[in-house]
Amino acid sequence: MNAIPGRIAPAPLLSVEGLTKWYGHVLGCRDVAFDLRPGEVLGIVGESGSGKTTLLNCISGKLTPTSGEVRFDTRRFGLTDIYGLSEPDRRRMQREEWGFVHQNPRDGLRMRVSGGANVAEPLMNLGGRHYGNMRQATIDWLDRVELDTRRIDDKPRNFSGGMQQRIQVARNLIHGPRLVFMDEPTGGLDVSVQARLLDLLRELVRDLGLAVIIVTHDMAVARLMADRLMVMKGGEVVETGLTDQVLDDPQHPYTQLLVSSVLQI
Amino acid sequence: MTDKPLIIVEDLAKTFVLHNAESATIPVFQDLTLQVAAGECVVLAGESGVGKSTLMRSIFGNYLPTQGAVKVWHDGAYVDITKANPHEVLEVRRRTLGYVSQFLRVIPRVPTLQLVMEPLLENGVPFEEAKDRASELLSALRLPQAHWDLPPATFSGGEQQRVNIARSFIRKYPVLLLDEPTASLDAENRAIVVRLINEALEEGAAMIGIFHDLDVRDAVASRLFEVSQFKAAA
Repeated sequence: MNAIPGRIAPAPLLSVEGLTKWYGHVLGCRDVAFDLRPGEVLGIVGESGSGKTTLLNCISGKLTPTSGEVRFDTRRFGLTDIYGLSEPDRRRMQREEWGFVHQNPRDGLRMRVSGGANVAEPLMNLGGRHYGNMRQATIDWLDRVELDTRRIDDKPRNFSGGMQQRIQVARNLIHGPRLVFMDEPTGGLDVSVQARLLDLLRELVRDLGLAVIIVTHDMAVARLMADRLMVMKGGEVVETGLTDQVLDDPQHPYTQLLVSSVLQI
Repeated sequence: MTDKPLIIVEDLAKTFVLHNAESATIPVFQDLTLQVAAGECVVLAGESGVGKSTLMRSIFGNYLPTQGAVKVWHDGAYVDITKANPHEVLEVRRRTLGYVSQFLRVIPRVPTLQLVMEPLLENGVPFEEAKDRASELLSALRLPQAHWDLPPATFSGGEQQRVNIARSFIRKYPVLLLDEPTASLDAENRAIVVRLINEALEEGAAMIGIFHDLDVRDAVASRLFEVSQFKAAA
């Protein structure tokens, strides 16, 4: 197959191989392998307990796998196994090059400092010292995620759930990451807020050329956000492919069940 | 421009296996072969259920064929849609292969004008130019300007279909698949769509279409293709 020039470059940004996690004798996920390219959005779908979150945590450096490798194209070391890095190097790489949007904004935000400080904190962590510049960058980002910039000094708890999620998105994008993990980013929101946030996320992903790994149990979210899907069941990947192909012509019995179980409105 | 066919379908077979219905198998077609050249519009013929849409979706990469190949001319080489990686298929869809379905499927609450601009923005066209071209096309399709800033969810069937058509014709795709794009349009709007199709054909697009409306079919078809001749034995 000829290489196709264009937006998505051929070299992998992330390469996962033989990833397995056991919790004692309970399986978290088994033998997961895939490559992710710059600008590519991968959706991980499956029911509760299928191993989606375990997999996401292993890939994102939060949970050491039992075996297997997670190689990321780091700025400082090139393509390297993140669990082969020293703890400080890995943490620095995570801060500099990754973002992580949690389902619950409370897990991703510091609730005691202002919304603006939450957004600016990654810049400070990366050595930003010029207060005026950081405040301006924060205002720009609050504007970009469509929040009222006059509320920059309000605490997160004074924002609605949807607004908190926007603060979390801004906090995870302000430092220019290349890879962003999202764990059910719209899971806790009511549908009216969900659609708008999804559209915003999609625009940002397109404009910034981000690579994204998004975990969701919502097939509609998967269809809107992901270029391709991995379907998980009992800790294993049972089907993978182009998003609309997996959803419209599923091959595995479990995927067929999953897709046919979605309620129509 | 090339004199090679832009679409080559080789020995294509599709059988659905329904694992949750006692593994029922539904064979659709087999050994299906078809080539479409630049400037040609091949209209799929045959009654409902014969597999016209299944063929169309297999060519688009939306369905996974059981056997065979679907080669689309893209960037000076053939890409086999049935075997390409997801990112390659998306790249072919972004720049070469368009698909107009009967239904509009978009993110809720996004205004119509923005939806129509989206395929251009994805291809790096500047915002203002995208906006101008989208406005021009929506005017040509006679969608009232008062609608442009509204999301299409509450539009009539015919209006939604015209938004759908605008989204596909705004990019001049070299290869275009049309699944009943005129199903819910009145005569005047059908004529406008026929004109858009013929203009694209003159510019060298290759098309495969499904049209139940015989007037439209006769106005755009270069030839008919009977899907039933490749019917798979049940």
